[in-house]
Amino acid sequence: MFYDTIAAISTPPGQGGIGIVRISGRESFEVVRKIFKPVKPYNIDEVKTQTLKYGHIINPVSKEIIDEVLVSYFREPYTYTRENITEINCHGGALVLKGILELVVQQGARIAEPGEFTKRAFLNGRLDLSQAEAVIEMINSKTNAERKVSLNQLEGKLSEKIGGLRNLLVECIADIEAGIDFPEYDIEEVSREKISERIDTCLNQVKGLLKTFFEGRIIKEGITVAIVGKPNVGKSSLLNALAQKEKAIITEVPGTTRDIIEEYIVIGGVAVRVLDTAGLRQTEDRIEKIGIDRTKAAIERADLILLVLDGSEEIEEEDREIFKLVKERKAIVVINKSDLDIRLDIGKVREVFAEKEIIEISAREETGLDKIERKIKDMFIKNELEYDNLTVITNVRHKRILEEAEEELEEVVKTINSGLPVDMLSSAITQAADKLGEITGETVGEEVLHTIFSKFCIGK
Amino acid sequence: MEYIAGEYDVAVIGAGHAGCEAALAAARMGCKTILFSINLDSVANMPCNPSVGGTGKGHLVREIDALGGEMGKVIDKTFIQSRMLNTGKGPAVFSLRAQADRRSYQAEMKRTLEQQDNLDIKQAEITDILAENGRVKGVKTHIGALYNARAVVVTTGTYLRGRIIIGDVSYEGGPDGLFPAQHLSDSLKSLGIELMRFKTGTPARINGRTVDFSRMEEQPGDDMIVPFSFETGELKKAQASCWLTYTNEETHRIIRENLHRSPLYGGMIEGIGPRYCPSIEDKVVRFADKERHQVFIEPMGLNTEEMYVQGMSTSLPEDVQIKMYRTIPGLENVKIMRTAYAIEYDCINPLQLAPSLEFKSISGLFFAGQVNGTSGYEEAAAQGIVAGINSVQYIKEREYLVLGRAEAYIGVLIDDLVTKGTNEPYRMMTSRAEYRLLLRQDNADLRLTEKGYKAGLISPDRYQSFLAKKKNIEHEISRLENTVLPPSDRVNGILQREGTAIIKTGIKLADLLKRPEIRYRTLLEMEARENVLTRSEAEQVEIQLKYEGYIKKQQHQALQVLKLENRRIPENIDFEDIRGISLEARQKLARVRPASVGQASRISGVSPADISVLMVYLEQFKKSPN
Repeated sequence: MFYDTIAAISTPPGQGGIGIVRISGRESFEVVRKIFKPVKPYNIDEVKTQTLKYGHIINPVSKEIIDEVLVSYFREPYTYTRENITEINCHGGALVLKGILELVVQQGARIAEPGEFTKRAFLNGRLDLSQAEAVIEMINSKTNAERKVSLNQLEGKLSEKIGGLRNLLVECIADIEAGIDFPEYDIEEVSREKISERIDTCLNQVKGLLKTFFEGRIIKEGITVAIVGKPNVGKSSLLNALAQKEKAIITEVPGTTRDIIEEYIVIGGVAVRVLDTAGLRQTEDRIEKIGIDRTKAAIERADLILLVLDGSEEIEEEDREIFKLVKERKAIVVINKSDLDIRLDIGKVREVFAEKEIIEISAREETGLDKIERKIKDMFIKNELEYDNLTVITNVRHKRILEEAEEELEEVVKTINSGLPVDMLSSAITQAADKLGEITGETVGEEVLHTIFSKFCIGK
Repeated sequence: MEYIAGEYDVAVIGAGHAGCEAALAAARMGCKTILFSINLDSVANMPCNPSVGGTGKGHLVREIDALGGEMGKVIDKTFIQSRMLNTGKGPAVFSLRAQADRRSYQAEMKRTLEQQDNLDIKQAEITDILAENGRVKGVKTHIGALYNARAVVVTTGTYLRGRIIIGDVSYEGGPDGLFPAQHLSDSLKSLGIELMRFKTGTPARINGRTVDFSRMEEQPGDDMIVPFSFETGELKKAQASCWLTYTNEETHRIIRENLHRSPLYGGMIEGIGPRYCPSIEDKVVRFADKERHQVFIEPMGLNTEEMYVQGMSTSLPEDVQIKMYRTIPGLENVKIMRTAYAIEYDCINPLQLAPSLEFKSISGLFFAGQVNGTSGYEEAAAQGIVAGINSVQYIKEREYLVLGRAEAYIGVLIDDLVTKGTNEPYRMMTSRAEYRLLLRQDNADLRLTEKGYKAGLISPDRYQSFLAKKKNIEHEISRLENTVLPPSDRVNGILQREGTAIIKTGIKLADLLKRPEIRYRTLLEMEARENVLTRSEAEQVEIQLKYEGYIKKQQHQALQVLKLENRRIPENIDFEDIRGISLEARQKLARVRPASVGQASRISGVSPADISVLMVYLEQFKKSPN
């Protein structure tokens, strides 16, 4: 059942330079043989693993040439899925890719379910659970930094770190157990202080890892920035300037941007999701009112607010209303239109936002934008993240387990302080160790298996 | 000349601790049973330390008793010193240990066997086990007597091809100067049973009259004696002492200088010895920086001067033994009565057994005790009672008794053996039990009496009083959970005296009991209420409430794992056929043939990924078994 041959387009959708159709399974060489006409003929059984052949994909019925391609062969077991894999590297473009995939399916392969290649890698014992999860994240990752974190996880950095912590606990247990099981012998009883020290170390590291979830999440999901301000102050221009793309409609008529427009930009390796909101203004216009409600919601949702003020105008009542919404939030005040005459009383703005950074820019002339980027980086990426050495957690399951481990460890601390006997203490430490083991799949519990099954859609 | 000597339901080979329990269980369950021993004067012998119990082992004895076994009762009658170990380390690891009067213990057990209905006892060496078409048929003795039996329990201990080693001398022999069983190994091999070679050892026995106890530390028994058996009432008797002394640099020097004469280091011993029971030369070599090692002098009985020297097991030559023993304070003039020796013997690879202890390829053939690669009298007896019960279940075609890991140490012991196997003589330790807080020695009766009763090994009277005890405990727990103690000067006075915070509002008695300083008897004192519970009932109430949070947590985990245990693996499954499982895991699974996914998950070398593949395979297998 698992070992039928599966195929999928393994490059992202859209127009790309090249595209890859990947085929895995017992029949994968055979499937390709039927549709691939190499320039130099060869015997498929003699093809060495990891070789590349040049030729054309041909419809075996109509004899029509579909595309000029390179085919790579990977022999089991040293492949990603531990099965025979072929990859057809063709010219990107949805039509060509789809055409080739259809041919492949006609020859007996089946279209793979999402994540099925990884599922096979996992089922065939090539990846452990946390590695498999990392691959899925890597597939979904948006930025370079995130990819590196995924790679670290893939190479077992997280497993290694968790394993180390687990060992620390196992050592504590062993120390206690020796005294319990061999009471007649003069084994030095391990002191509660010594246990306590190691538990504290472990607890701190778990807490540290949990803290990285914030940065991990930033790396993985990016931060959400809402651009707010009254109509026509240049919010959309700012967004476009930042994104250097024409997505939001910029007009001279106040209130044109009625919906929230999203744009991803990358600042310092971190994905920033920018929400351009409808201009905030007291309004009777029903449609515009909906837009304003959404803006308020966006402010709630955002990690950071860019409050845009028009430098060429004085502060109005409307601005003050917006100030109230933004005041208690993490925000940068952006004074736009610095290319025009400044009529805005910057001193007054500074009075209102004493704690906040105020940056003058011109969205139209694209000046001052780097200051915004630098400030965002300062605010969210405290230390220049060294992704190569960093173990961060980005996966929600890992976070949940670590939180539970943290609880268990706090339970251990409580047990130590309560003066309960060591059998309870040892049991409490075991719970914590088992909890950590769940990340690397070292403990088999029904829940772990349940998670595997739901994530990899197997066992139906 | 061969002749048919008898017809039996169950034949038990070997009358050590496993054999005695197996034979008694089978006979008491109504099966016509015969028990063989090479020498009837060695029934229930203790060829090593003259003691029963200890960490983990004490738990086993109480479980045997709760199932209706004999060991606890016999040691209660014949002990000469009793101690509860680990009392400062928590209720889960309290461990009862008693010094036995070795000869009295044997005599008591032998008389119990003799007086048992349905049970015959016979001195003979069994040389062959007879089987036909995958079913066991009977046994044959060295003089050609054939005994037909529907089930056979092999409890041969360390007798199989036993070899004694003392220095550079070695000879064929069983433990304690007895004859070995030379022929049965071949019979087992011809039945397709894989054998392993294990080694163990024992220290010298000395004459107590040649010991200067004034140079040693006295170790008396406990003032308050807790009996092993749940049926034994209050116990009071005069106790003998053990004595503690130490090796020293001089001892170690003699050992080091003679290491080349040690068969272990000279390569004469091929068997694998236990890590937790090292010989003194092993200790000196492996822990070279340790300045001294403990030596305990234990009496062998009240009617003998002979004493056991715990901690000084050795296979060094006799002259070296004498020299090194005499370096120890108090032993300067010691006379050795029996020389220390190492013994090598055949045992079976327990992976060939099902959780019922039945050999997988021959129906009705059961194994228990040291022959399964364990060590210790208690481990042996624990397997013995299970094999005895299951031999009867087999004959009566009833469901086997298989205890879970969350039910009993016996369950842990057997599951470990048949799932993980062992590469050294297996000893029980409390740390082997992952649900240790549930498997306490104090609640063995609550865990297992029901099962013993169902098997037919617990008398109706005992069962009734067990039910009454259970009810009393439950009632009192519920009373404490539902009774609020209002603050008063008297109550707060008592709380202050016990060094815990006073109360300002009413508090549930159960919550108060959770404070480490508060005992059940303190509650009664505060309530000014008379105690109506027995000591063991009060103990249950106290432990169950005091550690409730921890106990509940383990109960919850055990329940989670039970789901995996309940996922049965069909017997006709071909593990070699499951391609997604790693080669190593496939081979291990094919070898162990686990009965459940839970058991499969505990096999070393089988990863969680392998288990998920197995579970998927099982789902598909269920849909289309072809």
